[in-house]
Amino acid sequence: MTLAQEKLEELAAERILIIDGAMGTMIQKEGLEEADYRGERFADWPSDLKGNNDLLVITKPDIIGKIHGEFLAAGADIIETDTFNATRISMADYDMQEYAREINVAGAALARRVADEWTLKTPEKPRFVAGSIGPMNQSLSVSPDVNNPGYRSVSFDEVKEAYKEQIDGLIEGGVDIILIETVFDTLNAKAAIFATEEVFDEIGRRLPVMMSCTITDMSGRNLSGQTIEAFWHSIRHVKPFSVGLNCAFGADLLRSHAVTIAGIADTHVCVFPNAGLPNEMGEYDETPETMAGHLKGWADEGLLNIVGGCCGTTPDHIREITEQVKSVSPRKIPTLEPMMKLSGIDPVQIASLEPIETRLAPAE
Amino acid sequence: MNKPIAQFINVGERTNVAGSAKFKKLIFEENYEEAISVARHQVEGGAQIIDINMDDAMLDAEAAMEKFLKLIASEPDIARVPIMIDSSKWTVIEAGLKCVQGKAVVNSISLKEGEESFVSQAKQIMRYGAAVVVMAFDENGQADSIERKFEICKRSYDVLVNKVGFPPEDIIFDPNIFAVATGIEEHDNYGVDFIEATRLIKTHLPHAKVSGGVSNISFSFRGNNPVREAMHSVFLYHAIKAGMDMGIVNAGQLTVYSDIPAELKERVEDVILNRRADATERLLDIAEEFKGQGGKKRVEDLSWREKPVEKRIEHALVKGIADYIVADTEEVRQKFDRPIQVIEGPLMDGMNTVGDLFGSGQMFLPQVVKSARVMKQSVAYLQPYIEAEKEEGSRAKGKIIMATVKGDVHDIGKNIVGVVLQCNNYEVIDLGVMVPWADILKAANDHGADIIGLSGLITPSLDEMVTVAAEMERKGMAMPLLIGGATTSRVHTAVKIAPNYSGPAIHVLDASRAVGVASTLMSDEMKTGYVTGIKTEYDDIREKRLAKPKSDRLVSIETARENAANVDFIDHTPSEPLFTGTKVFDDYPLEKLVERIDWTPFFRTWELAGKYPQILDDDVVGESARSLFKDAQAMLKQIVDEKWLTAKGVIGFWPAARDGDDIILFGESGGDNIKGTIHCLRQQIEKRAGRTNDCLADFVSPVDGKPDWMGGFVVTAGHGIDEHVARFKAAHDDYNEIMIKALADRLAEAFAEHMHERVRKEFWGYATDEALDNEELIKERYKGIRPAPGYPACPDHSEKPALFDLLNAQENTGVELTESFAMTPTAAVSGYYFSHPEAKYFGVGKVNKDQVEDYAKRRGVSIEQAEKWLSPNLGY
Repeated sequence: MTLAQEKLEELAAERILIIDGAMGTMIQKEGLEEADYRGERFADWPSDLKGNNDLLVITKPDIIGKIHGEFLAAGADIIETDTFNATRISMADYDMQEYAREINVAGAALARRVADEWTLKTPEKPRFVAGSIGPMNQSLSVSPDVNNPGYRSVSFDEVKEAYKEQIDGLIEGGVDIILIETVFDTLNAKAAIFATEEVFDEIGRRLPVMMSCTITDMSGRNLSGQTIEAFWHSIRHVKPFSVGLNCAFGADLLRSHAVTIAGIADTHVCVFPNAGLPNEMGEYDETPETMAGHLKGWADEGLLNIVGGCCGTTPDHIREITEQVKSVSPRKIPTLEPMMKLSGIDPVQIASLEPIETRLAPAE
Repeated sequence: MNKPIAQFINVGERTNVAGSAKFKKLIFEENYEEAISVARHQVEGGAQIIDINMDDAMLDAEAAMEKFLKLIASEPDIARVPIMIDSSKWTVIEAGLKCVQGKAVVNSISLKEGEESFVSQAKQIMRYGAAVVVMAFDENGQADSIERKFEICKRSYDVLVNKVGFPPEDIIFDPNIFAVATGIEEHDNYGVDFIEATRLIKTHLPHAKVSGGVSNISFSFRGNNPVREAMHSVFLYHAIKAGMDMGIVNAGQLTVYSDIPAELKERVEDVILNRRADATERLLDIAEEFKGQGGKKRVEDLSWREKPVEKRIEHALVKGIADYIVADTEEVRQKFDRPIQVIEGPLMDGMNTVGDLFGSGQMFLPQVVKSARVMKQSVAYLQPYIEAEKEEGSRAKGKIIMATVKGDVHDIGKNIVGVVLQCNNYEVIDLGVMVPWADILKAANDHGADIIGLSGLITPSLDEMVTVAAEMERKGMAMPLLIGGATTSRVHTAVKIAPNYSGPAIHVLDASRAVGVASTLMSDEMKTGYVTGIKTEYDDIREKRLAKPKSDRLVSIETARENAANVDFIDHTPSEPLFTGTKVFDDYPLEKLVERIDWTPFFRTWELAGKYPQILDDDVVGESARSLFKDAQAMLKQIVDEKWLTAKGVIGFWPAARDGDDIILFGESGGDNIKGTIHCLRQQIEKRAGRTNDCLADFVSPVDGKPDWMGGFVVTAGHGIDEHVARFKAAHDDYNEIMIKALADRLAEAFAEHMHERVRKEFWGYATDEALDNEELIKERYKGIRPAPGYPACPDHSEKPALFDLLNAQENTGVELTESFAMTPTAAVSGYYFSHPEAKYFGVGKVNKDQVEDYAKRRGVSIEQAEKWLSPNLGY
């Protein structure tokens, strides 16, 4: 374990850690135009680049750095790099496959620099950088072809290789944590885990891994159909530093799933909900007070180790959450008896049958 | 969290090409649909894990494993259980691990090839996040004795746990079940060997589990299932007591231990437990007697039939089960004084439950339509009794006249709205399709209707609705006028219809809104406020619409033409079709069309939102979608097998040349023998630099250029439908009536898609080497287009008659055009073929007066006539 990792473990045992808020909706507020996204370097790029938020770590690093800084100022212990979509598969939307690695290195280095500035400023509160790895724009579990449910637009190996390049770049840029987040499709996440393990093998050291699932509908399943418990069974082989939920819903609607995961995970629980559900204009309008009020309740119930915000959450939300949970003790990690935990889209636990009889009578 | 109770786990074994002849046959025949149902039966039959094995010398096992796993991933009723990936080849196992999102079990690895490959495979399995079955097998072979079995398992455990770091709770040992009663003495103790090795493993190797292939034990009694089942039960009874955690068994074929006849049990037990030397002979002696017994059939859950009759009726309505409704109606009729009370009581109570469930999003349209079918059958049964008493019908909430307007023949949406309203106790008087305004007004008057509902799908129907509104106004009518259908909109209703009618004219988006709107309009308290609100809203829309200077973003037609696409005819030389003139397809095989069906719009027809096939797994509407899809498949099979429908089509190609925005078609001989002219429209919206103002004519070579051709088609899958619609109507079966119409529409679309493919590859043959999969076809990745008159690229429906003449379509396909240019049968598609690789679909959008004047001149009609045809596109 590196020093940073030891520090992270130590802090997590002492208090609830704060992870930052939304990057995407913060960028939206900047009102950037096509030209801003292009910068000088990509002025002549043949396709539209507006919306390629991850590219901003190269073309508008000052803005991304500013957002990181605002979240750190608000109290975040962990900030996420602006690299959610930076795999060569997702970057193909902009024909920017070849820049995937560079974006990850730059995004990680940028967050690293800002976090280190704050660690210097407040040495009693060291700051950490989590390399954000999003779900990708292609699914390994769901066919995009309406007439051919057996078809897949990408292969496991392609997804794994793309994630490997991303993770490699993130580590080169200096992240402390690998954050596999907003998991719609658990098979994509498993490919990301496979990639992570391969990179760890190659560099000869491990980083803490955070896993965060996204429940996409009211029945409590992700896009590939798994419940949070089935998800936990599917991914616990990476022995994550934390497992939890983000995005899709506000805190109120996520609560029951947070209770579930807090009850079964023998690791830290991390939740970063949206600022409510989007209103008719597509905006998130839950106030910092309301959201932090919900999360304070969760913390009091002992559900949380790490908390923060996803879509629509601002530095004000993070400040309020930090304030509300600062005096609450973190969730205690339970010790569980080893048990076989399998899953399809539903979880299955298989307890061992004890031998209840002594030897059979020998043959005559 | 609750600790699960330890219990024996059944691993389904039928999805195994080595173990099931049926499954093997299905996989070899590539009949994956049936193969999937084998998996489904396993899960339904109680398998808690399913074992999948594709190992066969004649099979590409990797490909088959991958394909099967990907397919069952989209079947939630199968995918809910964990998968056991079963193969003796590592490559097959790894291919399988790349397809499962859940935590699976690998079956199996062993020390057979030595420790090195064992360790490396175990590490990979950990990385994929799976548990593992380890066979009691090492470099010296498969273990048979108790000692060898335990020794190999112990060694494997130590390597896995201590060297690899494999979680011990994820290890399952298979200490080999071998056949007993083979007549070879050395085999007699195999049952005991397994059971005792299990006991040792479970006692000494913490958290590890034991599994095995149970049917092996009874191998020598192949062909005698009752004896085999008894052997399995006896074996498991003792093995489970020794700690066996799971087994690969056919869960549907296990006898209960205590149900085994005493004599058989004793002799089986002698064999399994090796209790006497003559055990095998003694079992053989009685085996024949038990052959051919057993085999229980599963029955449908009919427990609801035990409930009181009112509850049964409610259940039948909510579940849409029509099987018992007549008997139940009769039973409940005898309980009441008057038959009408049955309708007012239990039937309405049941339908209220349906209405509540629908309103709260717990039931979906297809289920509601099924409920309505049950209700209608019950009411039909009661009708003679009600008439005999000369009773008045029960008082409906309101009377609604419904009609598809003159010139239009589309009625699926209207019928759905009608059914939903009826379910909510409205009396619906359905005037059918192509109803002239005079008949609508007369019916409203004769019936004392409360509301009129108009429906239409094609754009000319919008004008006809304006006419109906204006005529209602002239008659001094004031009842609410509801507008619905695919091309209608709130804006059109507000801007074009409402100003012509002083009563309320209200756009209704879909069937689910119809009840809310109708009941608000029938409520004295709510009506005024609602109508005023709508009026304010529509006034607002209209004002904004009028305030917007409209033509400012339209360029002149000359400018638009100058900005036409520079379609390449220098490097590109058009291909010549196989023939010119027409080719007729009479009675086209329906089975060729089935596979081309695009199902997503089918679900949309039933107001189930989502893409096929994901919709089948949708958490909200998935169950409803699956049930609908099943019914659709069943009917589709009947349509094909029993030839309910007849598909006919005609295609044609002609030498063609562009003349301005027109395309001139020449006769077979070419030259000046002009066959007809297609008049196209050009986009006039001001485009940003680099974007062109498109027109279909641009895709054809100019008059003084290279030779070129153009094609046209009319296809239908609707012949014969009337007979079946009438049959369903007579049976009060709205569900199937809507179903057959929706399916015929899908088949016609599929026909158009299929024919287009044949045209590209065969008849025109400009893309003979095209090899696209279905997804690419649906995304229209092919070369060339088939735009239809009346749709965005050529929005004028009135161009259809010219196309029909060129193809002699009425005679060749039996498809006719109404005065508004709608096609009958409605399950029909017509359009043009363009072959140029740059040809693409686009929307003409708004056009300005200069183009309309020019177009009128080209068509040889008055400007007013052209404006009427193009009214949805007028930008001034």
